[in-house]
Amino acid sequence: MLYFTKWKIVFVLAVCAAGLLFALPNAFPQRILDTLPDWLPRDKVVLGLDLQGGSHLLLEVDVDTAVRERLETLVDDARSGLRGERIGYRNLGVRGDALRVEIIEEEEEEEEESEEGGENGESVESAEDEEQVVEVVEAVEEEEIDMVAAALDVLGELSEPIAATVFTPVPVEELEITANGNVVEARLSEQARLQRTTSAVSQSIEIIRRRIDELGTREPTIQRQGERRILVQAPGLDDPERLKELLGQTAKLSFHLVDSSMTPERAEEGRPPTGSELLYSDTEPKIPYLIRKRIMVSGENLVDAQPAFEQISNRPVVNFRFDNTGARRFGKATQENVGQPFAIVLDGEVISAPVIREPILGGSGQISGNFTVESANDLSILLRAGALPAPLEIIEERTVGPGLGADSIRAGAIACVIGLAAVLMFMFFAYGRFGMFADVALLVNLILLLGALSLLGATLTLPGIAGIVLTIGMAVDANVLIFERIDEETSTNKSPLNAVDAGYRRALGTILDANITTLIAALVLFQVGSGPVRGFAVTLAIGIITSVFTAFILTRMLMVLWLRGVRPKTLRIRRVRLGAQIEEGA
Amino acid sequence: MNIRFKFLRYRRLALAASGALLVGSVLLFSLLGLNYGIDFRGGVMIDIGTKGAADIGALRSQIGSLGLGDVQIQRFGEPDNVLIRVEEQTASGETAEESAADLDVVTQIREVLGEEVEYRRVEVVGPKVSGELIRSGTLAILGAMALVLVYIWFRFEWQFSIGAILALVHDVVVTIGVFSLLRLEFNLSIIAAILTIVGYSLNDTVVIYDRVRENLRKYKKMPLEELLDLSVNQTLSRTLITSVTTLLALAALYIFGGEVIRGFVFAMIWGVFVGTYSSVFIAAPLLLGLGVKRDWSGLDSKGEGV
Repeated sequence: MLYFTKWKIVFVLAVCAAGLLFALPNAFPQRILDTLPDWLPRDKVVLGLDLQGGSHLLLEVDVDTAVRERLETLVDDARSGLRGERIGYRNLGVRGDALRVEIIEEEEEEEEESEEGGENGESVESAEDEEQVVEVVEAVEEEEIDMVAAALDVLGELSEPIAATVFTPVPVEELEITANGNVVEARLSEQARLQRTTSAVSQSIEIIRRRIDELGTREPTIQRQGERRILVQAPGLDDPERLKELLGQTAKLSFHLVDSSMTPERAEEGRPPTGSELLYSDTEPKIPYLIRKRIMVSGENLVDAQPAFEQISNRPVVNFRFDNTGARRFGKATQENVGQPFAIVLDGEVISAPVIREPILGGSGQISGNFTVESANDLSILLRAGALPAPLEIIEERTVGPGLGADSIRAGAIACVIGLAAVLMFMFFAYGRFGMFADVALLVNLILLLGALSLLGATLTLPGIAGIVLTIGMAVDANVLIFERIDEETSTNKSPLNAVDAGYRRALGTILDANITTLIAALVLFQVGSGPVRGFAVTLAIGIITSVFTAFILTRMLMVLWLRGVRPKTLRIRRVRLGAQIEEGA
Repeated sequence: MNIRFKFLRYRRLALAASGALLVGSVLLFSLLGLNYGIDFRGGVMIDIGTKGAADIGALRSQIGSLGLGDVQIQRFGEPDNVLIRVEEQTASGETAEESAADLDVVTQIREVLGEEVEYRRVEVVGPKVSGELIRSGTLAILGAMALVLVYIWFRFEWQFSIGAILALVHDVVVTIGVFSLLRLEFNLSIIAAILTIVGYSLNDTVVIYDRVRENLRKYKKMPLEELLDLSVNQTLSRTLITSVTTLLALAALYIFGGEVIRGFVFAMIWGVFVGTYSSVFIAAPLLLGLGVKRDWSGLDSKGEGV
């Protein structure tokens, strides 16, 4: 236990020096660090959001909506498929998580065409519809079965096979199609849902990154968390509310023609005509518009959007440009509908409904909605970044202002220094010379802890600082155990060297047991904790490891060097007698 | 042997006192419950700094006019620092609109208070998240205890394992009791503090148990009660010194570390006291009741202290 070769001493000193080297950058401002040569470590401890200020947002991707939208895109294809096969149907639409259609007798087909108003799945089925279904079912049971089988085939055609993955070695169908009487339903299969979730989350991450980059935040972290969640951490934000605004919007933009066959007021009272729907403006009070559902051009065809000012009124507007496909479609639509109004719809709200004065062929245009300078800028950011594949829901927010962060750092530093000073003095008071050995170990321990945190790129949080302070208090425990043990050994008339040797040897098992149990608690904490709490677990765990090294190896070396140099005849470990004494004078 | 203090003589008193504390804690918890923070209850917490001393009354009427349900407004440390807590706006939170209600609270409060105040901290925890946090927090404490149980069972005999776990359960339950009694906010960081208490208390217990095991091999004929007393006394000086250094560091943190972590540090300070107490007065006496194996020959005979 007490034999240290030169090389061992060199090794221990090298570890301490490395700790110092990695810890040192934290003592200098970034300005000086930038001038250092590349081979020197320059990484500082990363401060958590609670110390440097910033926003932590946990978002959940609304996968149900993404699934629903996929099914809605199938409605048109299903309709043309059924017509192509001359299969009679009614009430084609999406209900809940399924695409649903009722199959009917052939002769009634023509009549049913007019009932297509129900096909969006949202309008109420009229009593008239119900009666007809009953008739049909009773009249032609046999023919129906063939029709249902044919309909199953039609819907089956729509299903896109899901590519084989590690988890599903055999390719699977996207749709699970079931028939119950004359009702045929198509649902997304488990694998298809999973695939859609995965792609919706990764696309969302990409779009969130683009949106946040536009805000000019430094180093945001955007990570997937669990199956359908995304964690966004944006440090040092001036306006966290704006970040939430930007992330909370799906930004699905589309251009539609306005349906002038009926006034919006009439449509509000009754039922909007087939293929049209009622949407409202984003202003107060809300103005209703009757909009054709068919999308003229969608936001996917945008290549650029920039905030600008309208020349005459000097009001903020957003200029946009389409890609080739978009420009062609937009040109054609505007050419055919000069004099008609069209609507620009963002996330289900009409933001502008200008009248087409002349065909717009150049592929660029202007949205002059009800904008402020900031909202025009935000809309440009959203349009450039693209629409989210599914709505995002902010389910957790934790924002710390820069003022509180700075206060916390200051308070933590003061607590560290005072706690450290108190423990250093107490150890000297209790153990004299040996207390100073322990003090040296404690200081080196802190340097190693800081160096390890910098090297690992671990995040220091306010609870993390608490972890450091706790380490200061608990790190001396190993030394206390050793010193107490040596003290006991000296009382059995051992020579100082033998007593120190036995003390270290016998204390080792206890030190390991005691620290491993604390380490278990720290690891569990790391596993289940989030953010700041995790920072506490990290400092606690690293502190345990470094304190075992410094207490068991470093102080032993100091002890050995002192014993060799001074060769004392007797050892007196404790300066004051604390607690009960055993075997005193034995 | 010169045993200074016969701890085991007071074991019945200590066990009775601890039993009373446990029953009291369970009663408090089931009758009063805990003052859950928004981590576990969901809702909104806003920590603001005002220019000059805050006028709590004015803030209360300003925010009260929004009709947000249960709103708590209280001074937080400094006179110009105020903590506003608003209850969960919707119970279900199933749709995006319902979850957005909590975020709207922040916007509304910002509108009412204007730009004059500094927003030091804003936390919004939705109903989905708070439920998960309760589950993972409970799991963390149970998981840590289970792992530790296994570790001690491997390193010692099962009697030690049971003794250590009962002492830990005691510490955790009594800590929850104190939080219930004093109506201190119980949030995610308190779970971290409890896990630290688990680690610390175990530390103490393991040191004593280590010595008990060593003495069991050394003094094969000594009555168990005497042997336990000897072990506690031999390690007592270490137990006290480590408690003192830990308390010194924690006291510095409690006084200077700021309001945000004061509850967290309080839990740990409490834990040092209760953990030290339980190691000496519960973990050690329990071995007497559980009975330990005395004959270690044949097994591990090369172990330390022989």
